[in-house]
Amino acid sequence: MTRSVLRTLQVTGAATAALLVLSACSSDDSSSDDSSSAGSGSSSDKLSGTVTVFAAASLKESFEKLGKQFEREHPGTKVTFSFGGSDSLAAGITGGAPADVFAAASPKTMKIVTDAGDAASGTPATFVRNELEIATLPGNPDKIGSLKDLTGSGLKVVLCDKEVPCGSAAQKALDASGLKLTPVSYEQDVKAALTKVELKEADAAVVYKTDVKAAGDKVEGVAFPESADAINDYPITLLKDARNTATAKAFIALVRSAEGQKVLTGAGFLKP
Amino acid sequence: MPLPLLLPALVGLVFLILPLLALLIRAPWRSLPDQLTSHEVWQALQLSLLCATAATAVSLVIGVPLAWLLARVEFRGRGLVRALVTLPLVLPPVVGGVALLMALGRNGVVGKWLDDWFGLTLPFTTAGVIVAEAFVAMPFLVISVEGTLRAADPRYEEAAATLGASRFTAFRRVTLPLIAPGVAAGAVLAWARALGEFGATITFAGNFPGRTQTMPLAVYLALQSDPAAAISLSLVLLAVSVAVLAGLRDRWMTAS
Repeated sequence: MTRSVLRTLQVTGAATAALLVLSACSSDDSSSDDSSSAGSGSSSDKLSGTVTVFAAASLKESFEKLGKQFEREHPGTKVTFSFGGSDSLAAGITGGAPADVFAAASPKTMKIVTDAGDAASGTPATFVRNELEIATLPGNPDKIGSLKDLTGSGLKVVLCDKEVPCGSAAQKALDASGLKLTPVSYEQDVKAALTKVELKEADAAVVYKTDVKAAGDKVEGVAFPESADAINDYPITLLKDARNTATAKAFIALVRSAEGQKVLTGAGFLKP
Repeated sequence: MPLPLLLPALVGLVFLILPLLALLIRAPWRSLPDQLTSHEVWQALQLSLLCATAATAVSLVIGVPLAWLLARVEFRGRGLVRALVTLPLVLPPVVGGVALLMALGRNGVVGKWLDDWFGLTLPFTTAGVIVAEAFVAMPFLVISVEGTLRAADPRYEEAAATLGASRFTAFRRVTLPLIAPGVAAGAVLAWARALGEFGATITFAGNFPGRTQTMPLAVYLALQSDPAAAISLSLVLLAVSVAVLAGLRDRWMTAS
């Protein structure tokens, strides 16, 4: 009884393996990029190995969710992330850090990588956009209602450093509205800026809408109309020195798929 | 000479020296004068020197008595206290910065009272930089001074006491001159550590040019946009470090 079950299993196992080999061959023949990366046909293309994704700090929550989903859909794969300021990530990539995929928070930081010739051919695709918002203390005790409110009185405001996308976006919004704001600190990335408000060390920070959302009730978001002047495009690209091209491509496809977009817009990102 | 020793020794030597050489090789020598005379660099350098010196002064005022306590007074749990004092030596500086925020931040355990009673907040201020640097650098001084105290003969102090000196007078007039070289060496080490401090500073005090942006922070942020500037700034720090080593040379060379 058990022996026959085992035998059937062995046979089906062998058959599946054979099928996999066949399908792998056939997909090799007609290897167009898009067909191999559709999220649904997960069992037919055999993906494996580790993908290393360098992503902007603001993508942390949504990408971690997508990474888990990817690993579930493609058993045997592993997605590892390095989140940080897009500039330091770009500097890392041009400096030779081993990464397969780069998702930046601005075209400018992506350009550092493409200019250095470290991206795979083709222009990086914009996969989401992000809008700024003011993060205040819970309950907004300082009654901050606009970008202008941040410039007055003895408020402690933190901004991202101008070299980081969230900082240059904030500067753009301030310039567009003719406001001059002196923060108490220029933080090295958006999460560091948000943390200062979460810890109540600062009264407000200009961060992304997605970060406010991710922080839950630890901060309160205040939208401001000037943010429309400073919407950031987020480009994603495969890197030239990727060691795991097929799996990396599949991950990018997941990010850009309807499924991926649902996770990202759920986190507060805007559609590209 | 045994090859199994010589070969790793040479590898070790190259490993330590190569990165510094690379810094010199890749330095933008032509634009260096312009880079180094820029306002931002001077601002950051001045702030660094000021804060490192102030942090060393703070460490001297409270660190030397602490070293004396550890070396000369027998009390229960002295080993534990010594371990706690040396903890910042091995703690990642960023963790130190977070801990300082929890303690002395505007909403911190103690910082809350400082704010309520005196309107005093440390994060985002130059004083905050000094606090962060002193936290990280003081253990160097304490360890160095404690070691010197243990090596110093306590009979000199006892003799002073038999001649009628109070314990404090004996410390001031007899012990302190005796251990002066150890104090000086500890102070230089602490100063150098404070000068290079990055993690605790950016976490606790933030980053604002002229107020809390010290040289290491400027190097880090410059690296993201202008690597040439970062290399120039690094050269300045390297030069300062070499100067510190030269100052310590007598002590270390003669000791070995």
